[in-house]
Amino acid sequence: MKTCYINGTGCISTQNTFETDFLSEVTINNTENVIYANQPSYKEFIAPAASRRMAKGVKMGIAASSKALKDANLTMPEAIIIGTGMGCVEDSEKFLKSILDNKEEFLTPTSFIQSTHNTVGGQIALGLQCKGYNFTYVNGAVSFETALLDAKMQIENDEVESILVGGIDETGTYTLSLHKLINLVKSEEDKPYSVLNSNSKGIVHSEGAGFFVLENEKKESSYALVEAVSLQSSLETEEVSDFIANFLEANNLKISDIDAIVLGNNGDVEFDDYYDISNSLFKNTPQVYYKHLSGEYNTASAFGFWIAANIIKNQDIPEVVSMNALKKEAYSTILLYNQYRGKDHSLIVLKKC
Amino acid sequence: MEALKQELKGKIIEVLNLEDIAVEEINDNDALFGDGLGLDSIDALELIVLLDKDYGIKLTDPKAGKTIFQSVETMATYITDNRTK
Repeated sequence: MKTCYINGTGCISTQNTFETDFLSEVTINNTENVIYANQPSYKEFIAPAASRRMAKGVKMGIAASSKALKDANLTMPEAIIIGTGMGCVEDSEKFLKSILDNKEEFLTPTSFIQSTHNTVGGQIALGLQCKGYNFTYVNGAVSFETALLDAKMQIENDEVESILVGGIDETGTYTLSLHKLINLVKSEEDKPYSVLNSNSKGIVHSEGAGFFVLENEKKESSYALVEAVSLQSSLETEEVSDFIANFLEANNLKISDIDAIVLGNNGDVEFDDYYDISNSLFKNTPQVYYKHLSGEYNTASAFGFWIAANIIKNQDIPEVVSMNALKKEAYSTILLYNQYRGKDHSLIVLKKC
Repeated sequence: MEALKQELKGKIIEVLNLEDIAVEEINDNDALFGDGLGLDSIDALELIVLLDKDYGIKLTDPKAGKTIFQSVETMATYITDNRTK
């Protein structure tokens, strides 16, 4: 069985993660309940004639994937696998609004063509002329992890040697207004917002793109290797410890083997008790959180994955993502745990290579 | 006619998201497809919808599009002769 190495990364987020070194410039938001991704200049990555039809999500996907490929010194992946919770929601909204506004007449093709969930994967493939396996997973808050699991299995089973895998979600104005209406997003009265020690419901909504080149051989650019991935659609809070314990046992790991845990706390007081394992199972383990930097969206866990990969590569946990004061001399094994509203639980183990 | 041409240029830029082009950069006789503005078949569909929605013109003969969409000038002439709104 082959090993699955992370050999390149590209991350567009609400932070300037695209153009700067790992978390060298960060801003912590506590006043906005919606934060938008920091958009790079796309001219370098997308021809103007193509760019004019692309919504933000497609552009973010193309730019982040270009950076990941460049980082891995790879020109053509053998497969492209994308995870997205909401897909190209901006053009979906445009198309549906146009149907309503024009009483089902005068429907223009552009927004419809770009509105499908697999537009990002398709446009990346078109740009690269990559005719290999191209798949998009739309599985809520485990969309990225499902794409990652598919990629990992294909690499390990020697079906392909290199895969571009990514998580991408963009903000849609109308969808966001519905999320606000049903109180999924924090209200204005809850300011200032915080992820840790929050006492308010809902999340700070956001968007972003995290792309990774996975290959079956170690390179100079390698960040870490993907050891294990596990998904669970639903759990009660009291079941989390067993879920993690069983996962570690299945992968011949003990809690003491985990050098750091990356947790998906998002400041929603109703559901952050799923992460209480930080006070029990992992109270003696260095803990990392990241959604105070990225905000919450279906594929925010790809940002967490990017953080974990960089921690292993740099062998350091930046202060800004450190949840407790614990440090280790070396970070060889990192566990990531994420969930959204008690659903879509995921566990990932990354190891130093 | 002059006002219609200016209006058309603005609408073409808006509907086709020609972000880097200004109204004054489009000449009346510039080719819309090919070497001129470089529009493609998807843009042609957008222009057909534009004629229908804004000027009440339904194009039934697809071959006619080649002549009508040659330039802003030819579009304006066709709209002036055939518009229902």
